[in-house]
Amino acid sequence: MRPPARILVHLILVAGAAMFILPFAWMVLTALKPLSQTTQPKLWLPRRYEAQLGGREQEVVPGAAVTEPSLWVMQEGAKQPVALPEATVVDGAWRPQAGAPLPVTVVKRIPASEERPWREISDPSGAVRDVVAQASIRSAISFRWENFPRAVRAMRHFWRYLANTLILCILNVAGTVLSSSLVAYGFARLEWRGRDRLFALLLATMMIPFPVVMVPLYTLFRWLGWVGTLQPLWVGSFFANAFNVFLLRQFFRTIPRDLSEAARIDGCSEFRIFWQIILPLCRPALVVVALFTFLGAWNDFLGPLIYLTDERDFTLALGLQAMKTSESGATEWHYLMAASTLVILPVITLFFVAQRSFIEGIALTGTKA
Amino acid sequence: MTPGERRRTWAGLAFVSPWLVGFAVFTLYPVCASIYYSFCDYDVLSPPVWVGTLNYSDMATDNVFWLSVYNTLVFNLIALPLSLVSALALALLLNQPVRFQGVFRAIYYLPSLVPAVAGAMVWLWILNGRHGILNQALMAVGISRPPLWLDDPDWAKPSLALVSLWGCGNTVVIYLAALQGVPRSLLEAAMIDGASAWRRLVHVTLPAISPVIYFNLLIGIIGGLQVFTTAIIMGGAERSTLFYAIYIYYNAFEYRHMGYASAMAWILCLLIMALTWLASRASRGFVHYQGD
Repeated sequence: MRPPARILVHLILVAGAAMFILPFAWMVLTALKPLSQTTQPKLWLPRRYEAQLGGREQEVVPGAAVTEPSLWVMQEGAKQPVALPEATVVDGAWRPQAGAPLPVTVVKRIPASEERPWREISDPSGAVRDVVAQASIRSAISFRWENFPRAVRAMRHFWRYLANTLILCILNVAGTVLSSSLVAYGFARLEWRGRDRLFALLLATMMIPFPVVMVPLYTLFRWLGWVGTLQPLWVGSFFANAFNVFLLRQFFRTIPRDLSEAARIDGCSEFRIFWQIILPLCRPALVVVALFTFLGAWNDFLGPLIYLTDERDFTLALGLQAMKTSESGATEWHYLMAASTLVILPVITLFFVAQRSFIEGIALTGTKA
Repeated sequence: MTPGERRRTWAGLAFVSPWLVGFAVFTLYPVCASIYYSFCDYDVLSPPVWVGTLNYSDMATDNVFWLSVYNTLVFNLIALPLSLVSALALALLLNQPVRFQGVFRAIYYLPSLVPAVAGAMVWLWILNGRHGILNQALMAVGISRPPLWLDDPDWAKPSLALVSLWGCGNTVVIYLAALQGVPRSLLEAAMIDGASAWRRLVHVTLPAISPVIYFNLLIGIIGGLQVFTTAIIMGGAERSTLFYAIYIYYNAFEYRHMGYASAMAWILCLLIMALTWLASRASRGFVHYQGD
């Protein structure tokens, strides 16, 4: 490549990469902000504001600056004082203008160009808010790591969700790897009647879209009394999955026949050949199957949505969704992003630990299929 | 059969027995039951009642059904070309001898691993009409009234297409693997003959990877017609992202019209088969298998 072309390619790749990373960055940055700052996208980095209040340094939330002299009034039962334009003096006391919310308590009269920072306390009777001059507010970049434990608490059953998800991941990986490799061995390394016809049938089952079997599977599991338990979400994995059988069969066939023949002559049983000779040689393919099964179980949404009925039995994916929908009123985006980060983090970690297997595995699905 | 043959057949069947059981219980039975249910009125709680082809004829007059068909097709017409072409372009760029190739590859691939639920949450936040960073950025560059994305029925499908574009890394990696297989000798021969980079791409590289383009197209169609999780969570305004699979889900598990849901699933199956057949017909002109 000529240098200008090379620079152009790099520029495009860098710009594209920035766009692909941005959602992750924005998620983590939001997760580290206080709620009040989530609605201020211009603040890229989370900040902490402090001011002298009652003789102490305290964290404050900057509100709107007051730009003209006004009277602060507290409506009875309200949580925050509201500013009224210049009020009138009646009998030597400040009275709000006509049309103001009544009854009111006069809180404070403030001159212009001062800021009114609220203390971030949700004190039910916390009517009194403090007023400080804008110049006296100091700010610094500060990441709220405590949002993560708080998000975990906001999700209520986070640890149960995590445990359920891990149980499903482990059972699905164990079931899929064991059963699919066993079946793949039967199709790849044994000669028997009807084998090729059955294998064609196995390939054909891959064509069936999930919605077709969705309803009968549900009624089947309902009949078994398994709805509301984790069982519908893992039992099937012990009965081999067509795609993984196909993938492993391709791999098993690359191992020289002589190896099995030699073992057979030595009187090795077919199962021992499978277990002690072929499987160890096929580790890379098994790792790929295990990885993608793990991801599939971790990410699954439709399955848990159909079968898990009690909020305490949810998986992480379902719990995250519940966290969003159970919100009354405004969404607590900082907690939602923190929880999303927690759900995504293990997947990303897994990717970096097993990057090679991932890339090889996908390439395998695309080129061998 | 000789005794040896018989023994080997039993051994073979023993090895594939997990799949045989699984096939019978989790595929064959559900497929048959699903055909039966599709001709029944069935709410799970009481036994199915045979209604003939009523479910199928109801579909013809069900406006929401047609809306879900329309939504699904329009979404795919936007998302599929966008993802396939972008992924191919990215793969071609990543296939150049650039520095940090591994880093770029990882960055483009990562989003495709993200759980759909978490990805949907992040994008809901980015596309938020008032506080979303995308609209803030658009306003910063002078667009005073940016679209409301999911809250605008006209923009909800493009929004979801954007999300699916973010997850195209899978396709990129498949293309990349195919590009490694393009014969160097052909490319070099074309270069010696003075073919420009564009001509080499069109006449050597693309024909060489055409089976993989076709594979990605097929996977894209089959997956695109069943798109569910992202759309049900992000939920565009005024049913603008009520897709086919979502409507099946609602019929089955919200309205308890299991028969109707099964009938819809079979129509989906037929639709997928028809589109696959069409794609394979169309592919004959442009897919070249090496060695042919």
